[in-house]
Amino acid sequence: MRRLLLATACTALLAQAAGAQTLRVALREDADILDPTLARTYVGRIVFTAMCDKLFDINEKLEIVPQLATGYELTDPTTLVIRLRAGVKFHDGTDLDAAAVKYSLERHVTLQGSFRRSELNAMDRVEVVDPLTVRIVLKTPSSPFVAQLADRSGMIVSPKAAEAAGKDFGLRPVCAGPFQFKERVPQDRIVLDRFPGYWNADAIKLERVVYQPIPDSSIRLANLQAGSVDLVEYILPTDVDAVKKNARLRLSVTDYLGYQGMTFNVANGPRSKAPITSDARLRQAFELSLDRDALVQVVYAGLYTPTAQGVSPSSPYFIAEVKPPARDVAKAKALLKAAGVTLPVPVQMTVPNNPDLRQAAEVIQSMAAEAGFDVKITASEFASALEAEARGDYEVFVIAWSGRVDPDGNLYSFMHTGGALNTGKYSNPAVDKALDDARLTADPAKRRADYAALWQAVRQDLPIIYLWTQKNIAGMSAKVEGFRPMPDGMIRLQGVSLAK
Amino acid sequence: MRGHLAGRLLQVIPTILVVSILVFALQQLMPGDPAVVLAGEERGDPVVLAQIRAELWLDRSLPVQYLHWIGGVLRGDLGFSWRIRQPIVELVLTKLPVTLQLAGMAFVIAMCIGVPAGILSATYRNRPLDYIANLIGLAGLSTPNFWLGIMLILLVSVQLGWLPPSGYVPLAEDWRQSLATTIMPAFVLGNAIAAILMRHTRSAMLTALDQDYVRTARAKGLRERTVVLRHAFRNALVPVVTLGALELGTLLSGAVLTEQVFSIPGFGKLVVDAVFNRDYPVVQGVVLVTAGLFILLNLLADVLYVVINPRLRTA
Repeated sequence: MRRLLLATACTALLAQAAGAQTLRVALREDADILDPTLARTYVGRIVFTAMCDKLFDINEKLEIVPQLATGYELTDPTTLVIRLRAGVKFHDGTDLDAAAVKYSLERHVTLQGSFRRSELNAMDRVEVVDPLTVRIVLKTPSSPFVAQLADRSGMIVSPKAAEAAGKDFGLRPVCAGPFQFKERVPQDRIVLDRFPGYWNADAIKLERVVYQPIPDSSIRLANLQAGSVDLVEYILPTDVDAVKKNARLRLSVTDYLGYQGMTFNVANGPRSKAPITSDARLRQAFELSLDRDALVQVVYAGLYTPTAQGVSPSSPYFIAEVKPPARDVAKAKALLKAAGVTLPVPVQMTVPNNPDLRQAAEVIQSMAAEAGFDVKITASEFASALEAEARGDYEVFVIAWSGRVDPDGNLYSFMHTGGALNTGKYSNPAVDKALDDARLTADPAKRRADYAALWQAVRQDLPIIYLWTQKNIAGMSAKVEGFRPMPDGMIRLQGVSLAK
Repeated sequence: MRGHLAGRLLQVIPTILVVSILVFALQQLMPGDPAVVLAGEERGDPVVLAQIRAELWLDRSLPVQYLHWIGGVLRGDLGFSWRIRQPIVELVLTKLPVTLQLAGMAFVIAMCIGVPAGILSATYRNRPLDYIANLIGLAGLSTPNFWLGIMLILLVSVQLGWLPPSGYVPLAEDWRQSLATTIMPAFVLGNAIAAILMRHTRSAMLTALDQDYVRTARAKGLRERTVVLRHAFRNALVPVVTLGALELGTLLSGAVLTEQVFSIPGFGKLVVDAVFNRDYPVVQGVVLVTAGLFILLNLLADVLYVVINPRLRTA
């Protein structure tokens, strides 16, 4: 009996010690399926970052750094040789070797319903050279390819577990990250426990991490203020002051990888026949009527960065010379006059039904009115707006993109002729050439030149008016130590601990 | 009585069937293609879209889709969530205790406030106590749930630090924490229902107190408490029970706003998220289960009438 009591006391003590190193993270929504091949959501990527290591990772400067791989070499423009770290184990105890990498990459491409297929479509085949070396043969040279291996496409899953679970792998994922899956209660919590066999175990100080979806931003903040969560992955810009004023809280702000823009339906169906969608001069006038600084000041407390390009300021491919033009109503009016249109020019603008975007649309509406535009706003629920966009049933759609590490992921499918997300059917041979060239070259200077050429053409046509680059704004308790702010907004738990 | 009950039970089947057709059909009217939503940022790839449609039977005709789904339901399989791939039966079984607990607590709070307040208000008709009770009732009815919820969180959790601001702990895991996480949302929910119950109890009591048998009871020299509680209240209970069952049913179908504010993972949150993500099987499954619960509750109310009012027993 005494032994039993002692054991119970020890367990209680251990549980308490574990409790002290449990990091509670509030997410803006619930993650979707926890299978790196089938997953789609941004918040899901945050959970994967703790659970599934990738072949490569990125650093603060968006450079590719090794993770499960120790390095790579392009032996010719279409052959990539990747060397793997030795002694890496999956959460089920099996070894991570070249065969497992081949299995995972092929699974990303072949599993029915995979969302990684388009990311890996440059890949022709994967070959096992030896247990710690794989060779990836590409169909064509592709400079963005390695960056794909630094996100979900580079996550390696346990072949044994994946084979056994099939499509249900996401209910009990088995990877090779610092934390292993413990349980999930949908819409309530996802619990991960420290994996003792992790290859970089010394870097892991936490025992457990619990992700809780809290969709309402003010409630997320209240939870942080009350100490019910330790870290909030996204704080509204308008709530930033409340965090700053609280001595027990800290803030981390980095540039986001994506952008907020206005997409014009320039050539998709009857709605592309509206004045604003059929004449680039009107779009230029529209842009000149906007004061992006005032816009982000009013709606986002000046925290977001006005921009005129779809690449993050944190990227090496951000081109500082491509600046948003200053507001010039007189010039805008002159352009409208030159175009010979009757005033006011009608514009139908679709906006996702979020309070901040609605507000932004109203500010845009009043700014554009001064130049001679009559903007009608339609606030639409997101899913319906997306369907309408896909059908070409819009004139102007205010839509954001979450962004990718490589600029190709922010540009190609939106502006290349026939691009998957080019819903306005924009087409310009000069733009296509710049995008294709940038894919084919591995030389960063050459790629920058390609993108500079791209902006020159795009700034004339304005198929998208880029408005601002958002920020990753994380709030945390002052007790959280070792947090590294990263441009992709992912929470890397290596080195993170909680002060007593 | 038994025949009556059996008859009512038999009515459940066609009702559920009609509900299933309605929910399936109405869902089709929702704008937004589920395949586009599910494809997320890969929505521009027609291969991905075709794959999703084929896998989820979205490329078949509507009657075929319905029969496929209802066939599964009859075999006890509600399908799986398109978004997280979890079986819906499992989802419902995890969410049901949460919703039951929240609804139960809210209902008890509503009863404890609403019914005594209604009785007092009727007994002290047109006196200060009546006015105060009415004022509180009106305030309860006109306060939006989400506003009250946020105010309570700011006051009780952020300022005073007495209760956790949101989240949920199962009863079986730690009953104290469980009560701590659910008491605020239960109060917010119960508050609005208490106001409705109070108004109904008051008017039912006013009618009952004007009846001849009450005057007779008073004339017999019974104590006022006995007259009010044993004679008047028992007769006033029938409409209150009807209303109570309806309100409890509404509570069980999920308190959307309250669950959202307090991040309670119950039916309301489940179904709202499912609608926004066009996760049709989840919407269908939850509505079906909720409809079943609603019908059972009304059946229970019918039984209760008979217990309360002996005159109905012969009917």
